[in-house]
Amino acid sequence: MSKTVTVGISDLNVVRSPDVLVTYALGSCAGICLYDPVTHIAGMSHIMLPSSGMAHAAGQEYRFADTGIVALVKKMTSMGANPSRLKAKIAGGAQMFACVNNKELGNIGARNVIAVKETLAKLRIPIIAEDTGKDYGRTLYFYAETGLMKVKSAKQGEWIW
Amino acid sequence: MALKDYSDLNELQLDVLREIGNIGSGNAATSLSEMLAHPIGIQVPKIHILEYNQVVEALGGPEMMIVGILLTLSGDVNGMIMFLLQQDFAHVALSSLLGTDVEGFDSIDEMGMSAIQEIGNIMAASYVNAISDLTGMSIDISVPSPCIDMAGSILSVPAIHYANISDKVIYIEDEFGHEDSGNAASHILMIPDVESLQKIMTNLGMDL
Repeated sequence: MSKTVTVGISDLNVVRSPDVLVTYALGSCAGICLYDPVTHIAGMSHIMLPSSGMAHAAGQEYRFADTGIVALVKKMTSMGANPSRLKAKIAGGAQMFACVNNKELGNIGARNVIAVKETLAKLRIPIIAEDTGKDYGRTLYFYAETGLMKVKSAKQGEWIW
Repeated sequence: MALKDYSDLNELQLDVLREIGNIGSGNAATSLSEMLAHPIGIQVPKIHILEYNQVVEALGGPEMMIVGILLTLSGDVNGMIMFLLQQDFAHVALSSLLGTDVEGFDSIDEMGMSAIQEIGNIMAASYVNAISDLTGMSIDISVPSPCIDMAGSILSVPAIHYANISDKVIYIEDEFGHEDSGNAASHILMIPDVESLQKIMTNLGMDL
C-alpha cells in the first residue's frame, strides 16, 4: 500500500516508492518535483516567493525558490538520492487575476517560475516537464514509483507529465 | 504603539473594524437589494483576524470552488480587497440578476462574469465608503478582477503579495438573507497595508 503525503504551502517533503506526494491548489505559487530514477526517491517543494533576498528569516527557507529547492535536494540526498541523477518537473505560477492595472501583482506567478528555473539551472538539475503559467489553479500529484507528475485543474481537466 | 502586524490590533481597534464591517455590510445589503430588485437582509457580520490557511479551511478546503473578486486600493489607503463568494451566494445573486438558473460554476458565461464583476464593484464600494465616511480619507478602488477557481489558488495571490508583511488578513463573514432563496454567505478579505491601517486608526483617534 502506498501512502499519500501532503506538502503544504511553503513546505517540502520527500518520499520513497510507492508513496505519493500531493500539494493542493497551487495558484501563483510554484510546485517543484525532483526525482532520482534509480533509488525512486521523490521530493516536492511548494514555494511562495522567488528569493529569500536580504529579508531571510530563520526557519522560512522552504518559502522561497532559491532556498527551498536547495533544502529539498539536501533532504533527498540525506535519504540516499544522488543529486547528479535528479530530474525536475515543475508546475504552477499561474496568473489568477487579470490585473491590468497592477503589473507587480500580475507578475508574481511568472517571477516564481523564473526563480525556480534559475535555481534548478544553478544546481544543474534538468527540467524534463513543465506546466506553468496560464490562468488556472493546479493540484499536483507526484508518484515516487514512476516519477510521473499528475496535474489536476478545476476547469481544464488533468494531465500526466 | 505602532502597528506592525494585524495581530497587534487590540480589542478596541478590532471593535472599530467591526463597526466598519457593520456599516459596510449594511451598505452592501442596501445596494444588493436595489441591484437584485429584491429585499436582502443581513446578519451582524463576524470579523476575525485569520491566517490564510485558516481562511482556506473556513471556505471548505483548498480545492473548494469559489468566486474570488480582487480589487486594489490606492490613495490614502493602500491595499487589497478580495470578495469570496461561495457557490450558494453566486447562485442566488446570478439567478436573480440574470433571470436564468445558474447551476454550477461551469455554466457561468461572459454575461455571468460581468454580473459577478458588478457585484464585486458594489460590495467593494460599500466597505470602502464606510471607511471613507468614518475617517474622511479618500480611497480609490480599481476595476474588479474576477476569478472562479480553487480556494487555495485564489488565496495564493494576496498571500504571496503580502508574504513579507503579514500572513494574516482581516476576514469579514457576512450572512445575507434572501426571502426566496434562503441565506447565503459571502466573505471579504480586507488587506490594507499595515501603514494604511495605522492611518485609519489614527484618523479615528484609536492610536493607542
